[in-house]
Amino acid sequence: MDYNFLRQLADSWGLLYLVVLFVGIILFTFRPGSKSKAEGAAKIPFNEDNNNAQE
Amino acid sequence: MRYLTELILLSAAAFLALLGAAYAKDNLFQAHAWILFFVLLGSCVLLARRVEFGLPGKNASKPDPSSYFDEVIRYGVIATMFWGIVGFLVGVVIAAQLAWPELNIEPWFNFGRMRPLHTSAVIFAFGGNALLCTSFHVVQRTCRARLFGGNLAWFVFWGYQLFIVLAATGYLLGVTQSREYAEPEWYVDLWLTIVWVAYLVVFVGTLVKRKEPHIYVANWFFLSFIITVAMLHLVNNAAVPVSFLGVKSYSAFSGVQDALTQWWYGHNAVGFFLTAGFLGMMYYYVPKQANRPVYSYRLSIIHFWALIFLYIWAGPHHLHYTALPDWAQTLGMVFSVMLWMPSWGGMINGLMTLSGAWDKLRTDPVLRMMVISLAFYGMSTFEGPVMSIKSVNSLSHYTDWTIGHVHSGALGWNGMITFGALYYLVPKLWNRENLYSLRLVNWHLWLATLGIVIYAAVMWVAGVTQGLMWREYDDQGFLVNSFVESVVAIHPEYVMRVFGGLLYLSGALLMAYNLWRTIRGDVRNEVPLGGAQATAKPAPAQ
Repeated sequence: MDYNFLRQLADSWGLLYLVVLFVGIILFTFRPGSKSKAEGAAKIPFNEDNNNAQE
Repeated sequence: MRYLTELILLSAAAFLALLGAAYAKDNLFQAHAWILFFVLLGSCVLLARRVEFGLPGKNASKPDPSSYFDEVIRYGVIATMFWGIVGFLVGVVIAAQLAWPELNIEPWFNFGRMRPLHTSAVIFAFGGNALLCTSFHVVQRTCRARLFGGNLAWFVFWGYQLFIVLAATGYLLGVTQSREYAEPEWYVDLWLTIVWVAYLVVFVGTLVKRKEPHIYVANWFFLSFIITVAMLHLVNNAAVPVSFLGVKSYSAFSGVQDALTQWWYGHNAVGFFLTAGFLGMMYYYVPKQANRPVYSYRLSIIHFWALIFLYIWAGPHHLHYTALPDWAQTLGMVFSVMLWMPSWGGMINGLMTLSGAWDKLRTDPVLRMMVISLAFYGMSTFEGPVMSIKSVNSLSHYTDWTIGHVHSGALGWNGMITFGALYYLVPKLWNRENLYSLRLVNWHLWLATLGIVIYAAVMWVAGVTQGLMWREYDDQGFLVNSFVESVVAIHPEYVMRVFGGLLYLSGALLMAYNLWRTIRGDVRNEVPLGGAQATAKPAPAQ
């Protein structure tokens, strides 16, 4: 576990892992059917009733 | 019997502080322990007056578990206002010290000790309290659940104030580990760690017991802020104290590793404390104030992930042309330039939330404040990547351009969005119909904006002047200017900066007055904004 090992790990498997994860997240966000779910989520701040934590 | 256990623990802590003062290894630790002792003693007295004696299970004042926990947020709002004014005032003082060095009063009030007092007061005391109280407000409203952990939120609030008091008094006494934005010594760092873990427990506990199935995006930003700041704080402050009863400690890192650790911390404090946390505010308070859902929720998710994936790598741009390996400098530069995209994505998302409702800007100065904060967010996140480019950095680094950049972000983005959130919160939290005066909000807005514009513009001039003077060679290869000549050259800009700071401070004082009158329940008799013109026009179509 020296510097060179960590350096090579970072610019091969580490880089691949982060890029795949990031691209996966973007694709997942725009998956079919996500639009209506997102529109529902965007309305969450307006669902509160003023001083009551229970519904 | 409420608060009895808490009182016993607090008095035990006060006694430990007294022991710390008695057996201290150095004068600074002794002075600090005395301060801690008197603060804790005073807190014991205040808490003792609140202890309620009564039969267990028959406690009348037990909080209603179905209501939101708002009292701690009200305290947080007042603390935010208070520390904001302290921090801005110290900022004006140190700006004056730079313009007129006679104002340095040895040893406690010279620039070297006052500067960390200013930076910590505005970032951690003003910004930190704003983040604490808004995150507690937003997480309850968007989860429709009471804060988790009962009185733990009170511990977080008061524990954080204790951290601020210890950090601030330490700076003036001369206790510092001289890591930028992380100056408090090891024992204050340990205390902050305890408080921060409690904060995480309260926040995540509330998320876990939520009634809303989806976790709203503002909470993602707040959670990433809490977790990342914990990680940064632990790594950056890894140090070995010389004695457990002394102030001095040595960093676990040395040389360039130490420098990179510091700027990995320093830049991500900007990224996750001053950006992610405040974006959490933006994603709740802008839609609420505009009364419209955010422009694109999916863009906000992309904004979140892109921001946290990219920001964490940008720190090395603080170490261009140093002993840091070249590849690491280039890495920091490239990631800083890439950061431009998520930043502007977020800015556009916030601004476009108003699309179709731009007319509200004419009559609602609170919304105006939020929009101007987004404009400054966009401006400083454009300037930042430009300055991180190596060739630009060779001119801008170590000059006042950097100071101007930081202030257009901090005063413009963090300050304005916080003011907007406070103006939104105070009438809600104290059950008031309206603010005391919308016209005063408008005055605050323009005083603050003018102050920032003056500040940023004169710092551009000062910074470029310095950069050009430092790199000027004559035809024989000698430097033309000595350092002190570049100091003399920017004296007029330093004086103008004091004026810009004074404008910003006076705006904040107006806000404190306005909010104080709002809390009292007063309403000023005034002509509504937009005037007769606005009222004469027909209502806009839905």
